[in-house]
Amino acid sequence: MTNHILNHLPYKSSFRFVDHIASLNEDGVKGEYTLKPDSFFYEDHFEDNPVTPGVIITEIMAQIGLVVLGMFLIMKEADHRFEANDSMFPLLTSTDVSFYKIVLPGQKVTVISKKEYFRFGKLKCYVEMMNSDNELVAKGMFAGIIKQIAVNK
Amino acid sequence: MTREEILNELKKVIAPYTTNKEMLAGIDDNTDLIKDLKINSANLVDIIIDAEAKYDIEIDYDSADKMVNVGNCVDVINEKLKEK
Repeated sequence: MTNHILNHLPYKSSFRFVDHIASLNEDGVKGEYTLKPDSFFYEDHFEDNPVTPGVIITEIMAQIGLVVLGMFLIMKEADHRFEANDSMFPLLTSTDVSFYKIVLPGQKVTVISKKEYFRFGKLKCYVEMMNSDNELVAKGMFAGIIKQIAVNK
Repeated sequence: MTREEILNELKKVIAPYTTNKEMLAGIDDNTDLIKDLKINSANLVDIIIDAEAKYDIEIDYDSADKMVNVGNCVDVINEKLKEK
């Protein structure tokens, strides 16, 4: 099940921020990501002094905390008959994040998400990110929906 | 509860989700939650959940779908309160 979700995440290469799903159930998810030192954003943020941008921290929290859990919940609702659909996109609808520690290239972070609710297609979670010393990096409320978008190819 | 009482209570439920306080003070049945009050469509779900807690009712998918303007919201809440 977790492999199935990882394989169907819509993000590719430079914008995929999930390496491993450690635990996953209807109430929450725990997952990990290691920041790649050659990631595109380190070159300019900041020159000769790479620090992970807050917007990337937020994205990692959203991909693990909302998208992985959201896909799991939708698959459950569909009784596991969920098939990859090119026109389904997860969209972030709100975030409210506080940051406590910086994350440097090569560091591994763990994201823990607890479901507040999943109703009418909207998933809202309380999400925390910890570093490898188990120190709090960031925390906040996240919400998102899965949107069907017609794609002209 | 009368429709007017529900409407007054509903204003408090909506308040955290709109920045348009002037418009909120003067809402009527025809006020559209998204177009007039500029509420983020995903926050309609929060308004429904807050309304459920406030009135101790359950709003199902079909009823939620009808809650487009203030009048529809009052109708749905009124209907659910009668079912209790």
